[in-house]
Order: sequence, then structure tokens, then C-alpha cells
Amino acid sequence: MWRYTLKRLIQGIITVWFIATATFLAMHAVPGDPMSGDRAVSAEIRKNLEAKYGLDKPLSQQYVIYLGNLARGDFGISFTQQNREVNDIIREHFPVSATLGILAIVFASLGGILWGALTALYRNKLPDIVIMFFVILGISVPSFVFAAVGQLALVKLNDLLGFSLLPVAGWGTVSHMLVPSLVLGLGTMAYLTRLMRSSMLEIINSDYLRTARAKGLPATRIFTRHQLRNAILPVVTVLGPSIAGITTGSFVVESVFAIPGLGRYFVQAVQQLDYTVIMGTTVFFGSFLVLMVIIVDLLYGFIDPRVRLA
Amino acid sequence: MTPSNPNLETTIDDFAPLAAEQRRQQLSRPSLSYWQDAWIRLRANRRAILSLYIVIALLLFTLLGPLLWRVDPSAQDLDQVSRPPGAERMITLAAPYRSWNGEAVLPTATGLRLAYPASTQSVRLIWDPAPGAAAYRVYRNIVPTLPGESLGLPIAQTLTGTETRYEDRLDLRAETYFYTVVALDETGAELTARQALSVDPVAVITVAEARSRGLQSASGPLKIGDKVRFKLHPLGTDYLGRDMLARLMHGARVSLFIGIVAPLLFVGFGVAYGSMAGFLGGRVDQIMMRFADFVIALPFLLFMILFKIAFGIGPGQSGILPMIVALVMLSWPGTARLVRGQILQVREEGYVNAARLLGARTNYLVMRHMIPNTMGVILVTLTFAVPSAIFTEAFLSFIGMGVAPPTPSWGGMSNEGIKSMLIHPHELLFPAVLISITVLAFNLLGDGLRDALDAKMRSRE
Amino acid sequence: MNGPPGVQDGFARSAGRQLLLIAVVSVVGIALLMFGLSWLSGGARISKGIDAATGTVTLALADEPPQLDSTRSTDTISGMVLGHVTEGLIRNGDGGKLLPGVAERWEITETGATFWLRPDARWSDGKPVTAHDFVFAWRKTVDPKTASEYATIFFAIRNAEAINKGQMPLTSLGVQALGDHVLRVELIRPIPYFDKLMVFKSFNPIREDFFNATNGRYGADADTLLYNGPFKITRWVHGAHLRMEKNETYWDKARVKVNVLDFPYFSSDPNALINLYKDGKIAVAGLNQENLNEALVKRWQINRFQRGSVAYMEFNHRKGRPTANLHLRKAIQLVVDPDEVVYRVIKLPGNLPGRSLFPVWLDGVEGKFREEYPAKKIVPDPIEARRQLALAKKELGLNKIPPLTMLSDDGALGDKLTEYFQETLRRELGLEIRIDKQIFKQRLAKMTAGDFDVVLAGWNPDYPDPLTFADLFASWNSNNRGRYNNPKLDQLVAVAQNSTDVQTRMDAFGEIQRILIEDPPMVPTYEPGVVFVVDPRLKGVVRRVAGSDPDYTNVSIVEK
Repeated sequence: MWRYTLKRLIQGIITVWFIATATFLAMHAVPGDPMSGDRAVSAEIRKNLEAKYGLDKPLSQQYVIYLGNLARGDFGISFTQQNREVNDIIREHFPVSATLGILAIVFASLGGILWGALTALYRNKLPDIVIMFFVILGISVPSFVFAAVGQLALVKLNDLLGFSLLPVAGWGTVSHMLVPSLVLGLGTMAYLTRLMRSSMLEIINSDYLRTARAKGLPATRIFTRHQLRNAILPVVTVLGPSIAGITTGSFVVESVFAIPGLGRYFVQAVQQLDYTVIMGTTVFFGSFLVLMVIIVDLLYGFIDPRVRLA
Repeated sequence: MTPSNPNLETTIDDFAPLAAEQRRQQLSRPSLSYWQDAWIRLRANRRAILSLYIVIALLLFTLLGPLLWRVDPSAQDLDQVSRPPGAERMITLAAPYRSWNGEAVLPTATGLRLAYPASTQSVRLIWDPAPGAAAYRVYRNIVPTLPGESLGLPIAQTLTGTETRYEDRLDLRAETYFYTVVALDETGAELTARQALSVDPVAVITVAEARSRGLQSASGPLKIGDKVRFKLHPLGTDYLGRDMLARLMHGARVSLFIGIVAPLLFVGFGVAYGSMAGFLGGRVDQIMMRFADFVIALPFLLFMILFKIAFGIGPGQSGILPMIVALVMLSWPGTARLVRGQILQVREEGYVNAARLLGARTNYLVMRHMIPNTMGVILVTLTFAVPSAIFTEAFLSFIGMGVAPPTPSWGGMSNEGIKSMLIHPHELLFPAVLISITVLAFNLLGDGLRDALDAKMRSRE
Repeated sequence: MNGPPGVQDGFARSAGRQLLLIAVVSVVGIALLMFGLSWLSGGARISKGIDAATGTVTLALADEPPQLDSTRSTDTISGMVLGHVTEGLIRNGDGGKLLPGVAERWEITETGATFWLRPDARWSDGKPVTAHDFVFAWRKTVDPKTASEYATIFFAIRNAEAINKGQMPLTSLGVQALGDHVLRVELIRPIPYFDKLMVFKSFNPIREDFFNATNGRYGADADTLLYNGPFKITRWVHGAHLRMEKNETYWDKARVKVNVLDFPYFSSDPNALINLYKDGKIAVAGLNQENLNEALVKRWQINRFQRGSVAYMEFNHRKGRPTANLHLRKAIQLVVDPDEVVYRVIKLPGNLPGRSLFPVWLDGVEGKFREEYPAKKIVPDPIEARRQLALAKKELGLNKIPPLTMLSDDGALGDKLTEYFQETLRRELGLEIRIDKQIFKQRLAKMTAGDFDVVLAGWNPDYPDPLTFADLFASWNSNNRGRYNNPKLDQLVAVAQNSTDVQTRMDAFGEIQRILIEDPPMVPTYEPGVVFVVDPRLKGVVRRVAGSDPDYTNVSIVEK
């Protein structure tokens, strides 16, 4: 167990190094100039700026410095916010994205499991048909349409009620979180519902379930202990990749709902060619995802006794 | 020779080989190849077949559509901007626009009045001087102005108090406008003196404009005062008056091209990479797969954006190629892993070993066992990769990192449409619905294929 | 599923009950989780757009200010915030008038300026604002180590240029504190608009001991900035929330009528902003063409404002570029119709058809510059344009003009306008235009490198004098990225720079305007404007072309 964990962690570190290198190379291939401003500056001033960000050194030396700084967890200073460190920016914006992402994952997995189980129970009956219709919508409608329509629906709702039940944008309270995280989790929820449904149906026809019923176990026990529990397993396996999809896919939701998350910040940084922020955010997100995948894999070993972590 | 008890007595003849034709198995059903069987199973799946028809229809729409609907998708018509389907197409011909020097052709009256008949070319207003006015502000409203309420859009402000006319040319449509002119004092504060007028401009274009658009009137050559009909735009027009149908067809070329070619390329590369790793095995396999793991760990969307800006889009380029390259670079490892796993698995299967023991050659093994057994997985992966590639294109276009203008794409069109979602829903609806239909059709087709091709991955329905 | 139907139904019912139980438990769990998360993130209160009881006005910012160090700030958002929380020597009053700020009175001559500072001006920590604070800030801005984009604006002050090039020590800058309350500035050339220039944020004071104590983080957070303006920042959660409260140490605090300006939303998404306004959460919101109709139907109070900038199409004059040819430029000028751009493409009031590089708001000798020196209106003339095109082909010795690269960026109107121009030039002149859309900084880099034929660019004024526009196309100006070179224009710019006589200067500007239209190095397209809605209870919002915009320092809440 410990050896396995250690091995995974070392692999993870090598992966992070790979991500960092790929980011560095991609970033230095970007045409354009992060220091160009609306007002042209003199050659002397440019030189000073380049020295400040270490861009005057040869590429190989920049790479070594960059890796050295990364190892110490230092992502450098932002180009657009000249007196703020990228670390500060991540520290301020990431918790927001994480909160949004955690809620979205919780919504998606609980919703997916519940709706999936329901559709399997009422197969080809009304609940199944209604839920599967929404699942199809959830799978096929792009997230930006959901976000825009979701916000519009909120405005109409508040208009109809005559008071502001839920805020239409912004961040900071429970009520701010509800709709954006639902919108963010919707696609994943639809996907998980489908997965849950087919895995439930597979189990219904399995031998052990028939045995359990033949033994005369109470229906509730069969359902929760045998059917639901086993059907959830495949859902857990896809949670890792889903976390990745949700945390990085929050750009749209964050910009539509004016949420100060890291995703929106990243897109802005790209638009402003803020080298250090782009590199820092990408490496940070990459490391975060690597860690998440390791954790989900380890968790899976606890949930599914068939999987032995050697 | 008739043995008294056949169970006890055997002769040497019993060990003689039987005639060849008797060795042949008796097949109770017609022999079906793997693909025939899969096709039958796919055909039984109504949803999958319907999706297949939809996919074919989409391809026809993309490939044949522009041949049948020969409208230039980049031809702009500023007289028909953001028209919904089925909008009024009649328009009156008028003289070319000439600048106005303040003269009036309509009979003089008092208060706010029109100097010329109002048309969508211009609305020319004159008003009476108000005592103590240092300037005037002109408001335009689309709802009747109520006392004490907003006067509408502050459309202009004169620079002096002696200027008592204004020509409105801003985005005029054939609807009722309510104009109010308010006098201002020296500090720019509004005085109480105000004059109001409601105006119904007539929709007009000039003869030259009509001719350049190829419009014809029923009664011979075009002349001023005639009524002509605009060309038909079955799905309306966009924000620059371009035909939506033509743009959707050309946008489909981009979206479907990226959606189909990118998956073909990365699945192809993944298959080559994965099968090579699987066949070679050992250390090479280890190294190759470790590299694939690295690439899989890259945050997908972040790197899509990074690669997009790193490759850059040159002048006049659509940016389709960089997007495909970026997609391929980031998406191949999934397929590679899958195929390698499949190859390793099939290689160890009992029937492959049996075939090998029976002296089957490698070629036969590959053709008869390896390919059919991995083909199913590959085909299914490919089908599911299409919707995700289409979503990626739409998403990138939405955040402004997609294909470059003026190339239309469904994602880019939705992005533009979302801005005017409330007033011109058709500009969002059509591209978004097409994206949804495509994604859905490929998903359901993928489900059907999976059920038909791969018994192990079959979902129970 | 197997089994007789009765058993089946019983199973489903019991399973359904189980599911319901699980659902209820999860909803409660999620609610607890959400409250936990919001408690962790320090939970904010949702306030109304206008709260008369607490004197709070809630607004949105397009983006968060990148930083509030006035020596390095370049963007309009930090300019707006700085205009509320700090004050320079002189401040803007109503109708373009200037009012005393930290300086009680001043005297400006051709060789220098003297400012007498008011003794009651205080920093938010209670210490007085002194002339030394100005000296420190100004030296900091021209210091080459600061690498300020706005150092050039100081170049009329003695030795500023040499210091900025690293050739002279900082202390040699021509600005001195004569005691705590007198500031003396030496000029190397007369600047007739020097008083107007003092409103600009780069001239604001910074206190040396505080600046050094922040350890390079000056203006990065609410507590690393010192305030001497009408408001002070009491809360700044990066990317999420900025809150300004009335500054009790401000010398003229009587003019501040609200207690709090709250900015809990940072968004430039017009739909999100208008939804917030509709929901009563913010007091001011910008409108775009798409939601104009709704605003009219809802009978909102609509205002408009001319930004004061100009947008234009700039040509590349480098050797070998087809656009270096006068006739080609004229042909393009003759088919670009600014009326159509504004009335049929942008369709938003407040935008004006572009006629000149000099926008309409600039002052001339007595009245407005554009009234005294009207710009010749170019009437679109496709026939003459085609004639010019034929001349261009002949001069260039080409049968066909090669495809032209049109550089643009991802601004709000970017795609719409480029696509419009591309189609217009194709339809009227048969020119093939290749659009090169880049993000803003890449556009600037490509412009500087001369990698374009035509670029859609624009210019924001730095100070309210025609010179801020007039020197743009001077051959020595590094912002002249198309490398237009006209000795006559250079000479006129020199006249305008070195004269203090209003008539002489305006004549020079009028002549520059004529050259720019006749020898078009650029074609003006429009003068950008904005349309916005204001809560009817909020009075006194001021929009300004130069200086902090929008200005909320004088707002008051009026209950209906």
C-alpha cells in the first residue's frame, strides 16, 4: 500500500515536470510580446523590464531558473499586475474555483446516482422517459448555452417573484453558489446518470442479485447493499477525469456569472499574454489534476475490494 | 457382414476415414461474418439507425447544401440585419441619400415636425426655438413616452441653441418612433420646454442598392416609388445581414470538418502508437506508454488554448489547421492506451493461442483476430470522439479562441448569437440546435455501435 | 427484470422509498456543505444597488484594477479607482473647469510652475500631504527602473528625458520642494495645458516612507496604499470585491455625500451587468446595442457619453507595402463610409461617425476646435475610388493589388467591424483583404514590427489638448507604428509644441488635420461612445474624457 502510494507520487512528480516543460516550451513559442503596451516605451525601459522578468537571458538558462523557482513553489511576478506574485493570485482565485468545482461534482455525482437509479427502477415508464429526455439535453447542449439560459431564468424568476430570491451574478454567499455550480455540474450529471442506469440494469440481471433474492433478503437490503453499492463502482472510476473536466471547464460559468475564479483569470491572462500567470496557472492546475487522479485511484482501492493495491 | 451386436464388435473398417463431405458441419443458420452480424444488430437498434440517418443528413447538408442553396455566406446586406425567418420583405425604392441643409419640403407647422417624409434612410426633424435654450437634446423612444418617465434614447445633442434641426439616421426601422426635443440651459440641465412627435418611417432602399442586390420589380425596370421584394432568407439573417442558412452550411463545413477529421487523425495515430507498443512489448512498450501517460496528464482545455496561441493564426487563415493539430496532439493517448490494452488482451486469448497452435500465420492472426477484435473498440472510440471535438471547437470559439473571422463555425455563430439572445433568438437557436443534434446523433450512434460491435462493452437495454 | 409483476412492484416501491431517503439526506448534506464552504470563504452580504439608509451605492467594475501604484498604472480602471482615493495638485470640476486639489493656488509661466499646497491636506494616517511627496512620486515615475509607460508625459520637465534614459541622477529632475508646502517645477519648453496635465494620475503624490515600507508591493492591496482622496479602500478581495468608504481625513470631506462605494462585481460581460441592474443589485450598467430595446421598453433612464477617443484605420507606409501608395490609400478612404459604420453597423448612440483624428470635444481658440476648423467630410464615391485604384495599380506596376492584411484585435466590436470592412473593400474595389485577428498585445507587437497593411487601431487622449492626438503621426513618435513620414507634419507638430499662443497652435492643428485627410495616413472610422443606465435615485454621476472616469465622488442618493 505505502509502496504503491510512494510509487504513484514519484510518477506524479515526473508528470508535473513534464507538464512544466511542455508549458514552458509552448509559452515561449507564443508570438507577440507581453511587454507591449498601448504607449510605446523606449529601448532602455524595455531592457529594464526584460531584466526584471529574466527575459534577457538565453532560453536554456531561463528554463533552469524556471525549474529552480518551481521547485521552490515560486511562480514569479505577474506581468499585468506588476506588484503581485502569481502565488498570491492562485491563492486568491483557486479556492473559488475549487468551491464551485466541489459543489458541481457533488451535485453531479449525487444527482447522477439518484436519477440513474430511478430510471433503472422505472425502466421504460414515465419517470425514465422524462429523466432520459433531460439527460439527452444535458449531453447535447453546450455549456455556454446552459449558463446564459440559467442566468436569464434567474432574472425572470426574480422578476416574477417581485423580490430577489437568488442573485443573478457575483460571489460570496450560499445563494451565489447554487445556480452556477448546478449549471457547471449539469453535463457531468447527465453523463453519470446514463452510466448509472446501464450499470444498474446490468446488475439487475446478475447472479448474485438473483441469489440474494432467492435467499429471501428484504427488498430494501437487496437494493442498497447489493444493487446500488455495486452499480456505483463504475461511476466512481470516471469521477477522476470528471473532476479534471469540471475544474478546468469552469471558464464559461465563471465569466457568465462574474465569479472570481481561476478559470476566468486564466482566460484573461491569455488575452493579456501574461506569461508568468499563464505558466503558473497551467502548472498548478496540472499538478492539482495529477494529485486528484492519484487520490481517486487510492480511494478506489478502498471501495472495491477486488482491486488490490500492490 | 452384419455384426450381431454393434456395441460389442468393431471391425477394422470402423477406423477407416469417413467421406469428406460428411465431415462438414451442418450449419442451421446462414454463416455471418463479424461485420454482417454487427450490421444486423445495429439495424435492430432503432435509435442508432435514426442517428445514422441524421448523420447522413448532416453530411448531405454540409456537402450538397451549398450546391443547392447558392447564396454567398459572406454577402452582407445592411438593410436586412438580424431578420428572423419569415420577416416582411417588401421595400420601397427611394432616391439616393443626399445631405440636408435644413430646408423643408413638407408644409410648415409649429412644434416638432418633419421636414421631409420619414424613411429608414433618414428622419429629418425641425423644431421651434425655445426661449433661453443654450442647446437641445433629442430623445427617441420605441414606446409612447409617459409623463414623468424616461424620454427614451438620448440620440443627439445640438452644440448651440440656434440649431433647431436634427437628422436621425441611426439604425432606423419601419416601426413607430416617439421623438422628444428638450431644451437645455447653459450648464446642460434640462429645461421644462419640450416638443414631441411620433414618426413612422417607411422602409426604403435606393434603386442602385436594389440593382446591386439583383432585386426585380413586377412592372419592368426599377424606378423610385416602386415596391420590391427582398431575396428570401429562409432562416433569417445575422448581425451583418448575411444569410443564416448559407452560413450554417459553411459553418457545418468547419465544425464537422474539425469534428470528424481531428478524431480520425488522433484515433489513427493512437491506433498506430498503441498497437506498436502492444506488439513490441517489453521496455519499448513501457517507455511509450509512460510518455502517453504524461500527455494525458496535461490539462486539456488549458493546453488547447496555449497551443492555439502558440501556433498563431496568420493573416487570412481560418485557424482550422492549428485547432486540428492541437486536438490531435492532446487527444491521441486515450486511444493508444485502449488499443494497446486490447492488443495485449487479445494476444493472450485462448482462441488466439489455439489458432497459433494450429499453425496459423501471423498475418492470419492479425487479420482474423486482432483487427476485428480491436476494430470495434476503435470505431466506438471514433464515434464518441466526434461530439467531444465539436464541443471543443464550440467552446474555444465561444471564448474567442476559435476559428478566425470571417470563417463561420457553429460555435462562433452561437457566441455571436448569445449576445442578442433576447431580441434575435434565431441567431443563437439555429447554430446551437445544430450542435446539439450533431452531438446527440454521434452519441447515440456510438451507443448503437458499441452494442453491435462489442459484446463485452454492451450496455443492457 | 425477472420475477412476477407483484413482487416487482413491491421491490420498486421499496427501492423508491430508499432512494427518496437518500435524496433527502443528500439535499441536507449539500446544504450543510454549501454553508460550510461559504463560511470558510468569509461570506459577504448581498447589498442592494442603492441603500439610502447606510448611504451605500453598489456598482460593478469591468475588471479589477491590476494595481494602484500611480507611477505605473496605465489602464482606465485603476485610473478611475485612483481618482477616487487619491488627489493630485489640481482636480476636475464641472464642465471642463479645473478646481484646486492639494494645491490651493498655482502659477504657471513659460519656464516653470509654482504650486502652493494647502496645509489641511492629509493622508489617511493623519500626516500632512507635503511637496516632498510630489517630488518623490515624480522622480519615481521618470526613474528608468520603474519603467513607467507614462514617463514621456514628464519630458517637458527639466532633465526628465535624460533621467529616463539613465543618463542623469534622479535628483537632477526639475522639481523641488521649497519647504513643506511649496512645489516648484522647471520646464524646458512652455506647456500651455500644464494645469490640465496636473489632473493626470501620474502626477499624484506618494509618501516616501510609506512606499519604502511596502517592500515593492505599493498599491497591490488595500493596506499597501495611502489615501488622500475623497474615499479610501477598506476592503479589496482580489478579483472579487473592492469597497471604498468615505475618507474622514480628506480636506474637503463635506462634498462627499455617500458613505460607501461598493464594487462587489468585476465583470465586463454586458449581459451579466444588465441582469444585475435588472435585479436591482447595481446602480449603473452599460448597455450594448443588443439590450437597448429592452431598456427602452422598461423605461430606464438612459444616458450616453462620448469616450473622447478615436478609432481609425491606419496604413503601413513602410517601403514595399502597397499601402505606401497614396492612390491606394485614397481609394480606400473613398469607400469607407463612417456614417454607415456608426448608423448601420455599430448602431449605438453616443458613437459619432469619424471625420478627423481630432475628436469633437477638443477646445479650439474660443469654441470647439472642430467648429473653428471643420474637417472636410469625405463623401463615399465608388467611381472616383475605382479611378484612384487604377492609378495606384499603374504607379505600382501591378495588374492586381496583392491581398492586403488587415490587422485587428479581439475588442468588443472587433469581428463585426473587420468583417464589415473586408466585405466593403471586396465589393467596392475588388480588394482581397486577409483578416489577421490577434489578441490586443499581439496586435500591438505586430503593429510595432510593421507586420500589416491596414490596422484597425485607436487612440485615447492623455490630456485635454489637441497635441495628445496631433503628434501621433510625427515621424519621431514611436507610437506612429505605420512609419508615416511627412516633414511638413513634423514641422507643424514642432510649432504646436513650442508655442504658447493659442491661435498659432490651433492653426497648426487645423493644418495637421487637413494633411491627415488629404494625404490619408489613416482613415477615421468612429468616435467611440457608451450608453448606460443609471438608477433614478442616484444623482451626480459624472463622465469625463480625461481623468478618472466615471467619477462618483460627487454622487448623492435622492429618494423619490
